[in-house]
Amino acid sequence: MFAALGVCGLVAAVLAAEVVAPRLRPVLAQWRARLAVVPAEDVSAYDPGRERRAEQRARALLRSCVNEEDWAMYRDLGFLRVWGNGSAGAADGHGVAPYAYLIYPHKPIVAYVPQSSRLLSEYCVDFPDRERPYGSTRLPPSDDVLAKWMALIADERRLIESANLHLAGRQHDPDAVRADIAALARWDSRRERQLEATRTPAP
Amino acid sequence: MRLLRMKPGHGEVLIAEGDVEIAEQERELIEAFRAQLDQGMWAAVPVLSSDGRRQAELVRDFDEVPRDAERVIFFPRAAGGC
Repeated sequence: MFAALGVCGLVAAVLAAEVVAPRLRPVLAQWRARLAVVPAEDVSAYDPGRERRAEQRARALLRSCVNEEDWAMYRDLGFLRVWGNGSAGAADGHGVAPYAYLIYPHKPIVAYVPQSSRLLSEYCVDFPDRERPYGSTRLPPSDDVLAKWMALIADERRLIESANLHLAGRQHDPDAVRADIAALARWDSRRERQLEATRTPAP
Repeated sequence: MRLLRMKPGHGEVLIAEGDVEIAEQERELIEAFRAQLDQGMWAAVPVLSSDGRRQAELVRDFDEVPRDAERVIFFPRAAGGC
């Protein structure tokens, strides 16, 4: 009886393996490819002082390239807003922007509808330096922001087509992004009032 | 004109500098420009729009760089991440 059960068990195991193996093979191949392509970061080469100096240089470069308003936004809020293509004039408040992007350092770009704060999607994009100076492929955070800003401003389609598209909420916490959008709206209002005050001479 | 490249762990690095109106320096700039593109970099030129706002242009050839551009910034080409 035990022999019969053993044989039945063996047959069941072989049949199960036949069914499962074809499904597991591509998954295993993907994992193997990922492990082969993405070597581990060289932690021993990490120097916090050097990274801090690199980030200071990157912030200076970012400031020299973006508009004063954009720089103030990044300095105050930690992210940049870029209006979507086809929303010319929206940045000056003269047009209707159908959508906009939020650029975060080393996080996906978020597309959203400014009028409703509805989140549209996340675009995961990196700028990996294959030379890996100092063991890392990652640009300083503000260089990452500047690269995204320049690419979005200059050729939105090219950047978006390079990115991996995900539904909103995959990497970013949607509530945190909505809070950022609300903070941005308050920041816009405050800035507008300040600009208005400087334009209107005191009585 | 200065050619700058973003580098991990460093920030921007000066690749080349020269005057495009001087033939020899222009040739050196073109060679450095092509070398960066051959390494897979994207090249962006910070520019001013007609209304005075700062913008950027992606260029694929040195001929596309405005003659009066002060900087060309190279950064690694975008790749899907996350």
